[in-house]
Amino acid sequence: MGEEKRVLTGTHFMNGDVACAEGAIAAGCKFFAGYPITPATEIAERMARRLVEVDGIYVQMEDELASMAAIIGASWAGAKSMTATSGPGFSLMQENIGLAVMTETPCVVVDIMRGAPSTGQPTEGAQQDVMQSKWGSHGDYETIALAPASVQEMFDLTIECFNMSETYRVPTFLLADGFTAHLWERVIIPPPEEIKTVERKKPTVPPDEYMPFKPDDDLVPPMASFGEGYHMHVTGLTHDERGYPKTVDPKTQHELVQRLCEKIRKNAGKIIRTHEFVLEDAEVAVIAYGIPSRASLSAVKGARESGIKAGLLRLVTVWPFPEKQVEELANRVKAIVVPEMNYGQIVREVERAAKETPVHFLAKLGGEPHKPSEIFEVIRRAAEA
Amino acid sequence: MTVIQEFAKHPLAKYLRLERFPHIWCEGCGDGIILNCFVKALDDLGINVDKFVVVSGIGCIGRVAGYIKCDSFHTTHGRPIALATGIKLANPKLTIAVISGDGDLFAIGGNHFIHAARRNVDMTVICSNNFNYGMTGGQFGPTTPLDSYTTTTPYGNIEHPFNLVHLAAAAGAVYVARWTALHVKRLTESIKKALQKKGFKFIEVISPCPEIYGRRNKLGKSIDIMKQYRQISQIRHGYDPAKAEITKEKIIVGEFIDIEKPTYGELLQKQFLKIQKKVMGG
Repeated sequence: MGEEKRVLTGTHFMNGDVACAEGAIAAGCKFFAGYPITPATEIAERMARRLVEVDGIYVQMEDELASMAAIIGASWAGAKSMTATSGPGFSLMQENIGLAVMTETPCVVVDIMRGAPSTGQPTEGAQQDVMQSKWGSHGDYETIALAPASVQEMFDLTIECFNMSETYRVPTFLLADGFTAHLWERVIIPPPEEIKTVERKKPTVPPDEYMPFKPDDDLVPPMASFGEGYHMHVTGLTHDERGYPKTVDPKTQHELVQRLCEKIRKNAGKIIRTHEFVLEDAEVAVIAYGIPSRASLSAVKGARESGIKAGLLRLVTVWPFPEKQVEELANRVKAIVVPEMNYGQIVREVERAAKETPVHFLAKLGGEPHKPSEIFEVIRRAAEA
Repeated sequence: MTVIQEFAKHPLAKYLRLERFPHIWCEGCGDGIILNCFVKALDDLGINVDKFVVVSGIGCIGRVAGYIKCDSFHTTHGRPIALATGIKLANPKLTIAVISGDGDLFAIGGNHFIHAARRNVDMTVICSNNFNYGMTGGQFGPTTPLDSYTTTTPYGNIEHPFNLVHLAAAAGAVYVARWTALHVKRLTESIKKALQKKGFKFIEVISPCPEIYGRRNKLGKSIDIMKQYRQISQIRHGYDPAKAEITKEKIIVGEFIDIEKPTYGELLQKQFLKIQKKVMGG
């Protein structure tokens, strides 16, 4: 079955979860392992139906620990792989997210955030896993997390997640709130030739010269697959460039952890994406991501109509955090407003980058997104202050 | 000539990452015997190591993946079977062996074991059962016998142990065998049989841990433990695994289960062809 099954070119009316699944398949995903959980289940359901049409594999595992382990295994067998979950499952996946980081395994983890902590609010959207997607597993590392704000972006950014994951050999997160995932909107799926997909770089040397964890200049090592005759050893232990455990050598540990972080930090300029709306002359800037950015846009428009010079910086990339963009913005505005569907997560990063510029935080908990009027009110107060 | 150069002349050395030796295991440990039997089985079968993957978990035997010269993955604790499932399904041409310990496979990883057995995912699982967590200094685990002493059962173990072959059979494994580290030839033959058979295969190897478990329970040196294996083990092929509990007086060994059942991969392929036909045809 060909390209017409992989990419459902055309205009569709679909929900965010389904768009995410279609984005994954369009990106070349051939392996999905998951465990049912609200509000991410529709992704698994769509994958179960669709992957078979593109010679892909859907497997329902016994839990999220196993799901994460399975996608790592599949990735080393050469398949682009993905899992999808929500907060409670994301917590269980942290163990093997660490393994994926340490073994530099390309894979995509979709987290459809719901009210938390613990089982929390299964059917209500939230943005409470932002910090967990940064350092949820133990140790120092950097990952990539993208936050969609529309059903179209559930499709587009899932493709982007795969491309970044393949490029940097890092687990990459689609960090979506339950509202965006359950929205029904128009999605335009372009023809296959207009969809950019990236494949991991392969070794160019014969097996006896190949060092599976020796990086190129971009700090990313080329990756062979199991079954290609390279006889690689892969371990979650601290390892040298051959992949062999070297657990009591400070130099090996320092260099490895440093590279795992720096391969993302040094490439942050290429990874980070933000969208700006009327920021040129803004005095008050709203910084938002995911569903609150939609109400923020309305609030900014309302503020402009009321004569307040407000603008919006929407973070498409949440991690690595767009520190330079926020710092630069903070230098030219009077105040920053951050609405989040949590009790204060990205706002801490914003405050760190904004330095002296006042930051007004607008928390929203409980499962109801911000109203434009609520954000407008904070903008108004910030402008007057 | 160095020891390693000498070692390289061994006919089975080509299956090993010689630069990784000497291994980490204690003198008298059964894990080296299991490794030896395993590579002998690969050699006897003429296995193409380019298409062979060894996956292991955490623990003493977990280091085995790093010693065998093929693609190998040393996973997080308890997860080798789940990770191996991903490898096998994504590339069905690969032959997969999971080699790990009793704690890794049946305590922290117990859920993955029963579900992979239930699905009948095509892989051979070899468990080195040494009755305790050796790597962390000898704590009790899911197979530690009642009344045994470990660092965390200083007054004797009060937990009933798993009978692993019964568990594997009940969960749906198509091949279930148990040997001790003394049964070198039979274990090798068993591994060969399992590697050639389709589906989820399980081999338990009762393995001496003289330095850690043995010392605390006054089992003597490895040679004494081996002598005991010889005295109390009884070969009973086809024996009901439910009745094959390990006691101080008796270790029933042999092949308990050897059945045919469609594998997960086969059912997947069958379904795939059916759907493909439907989609193409209609």
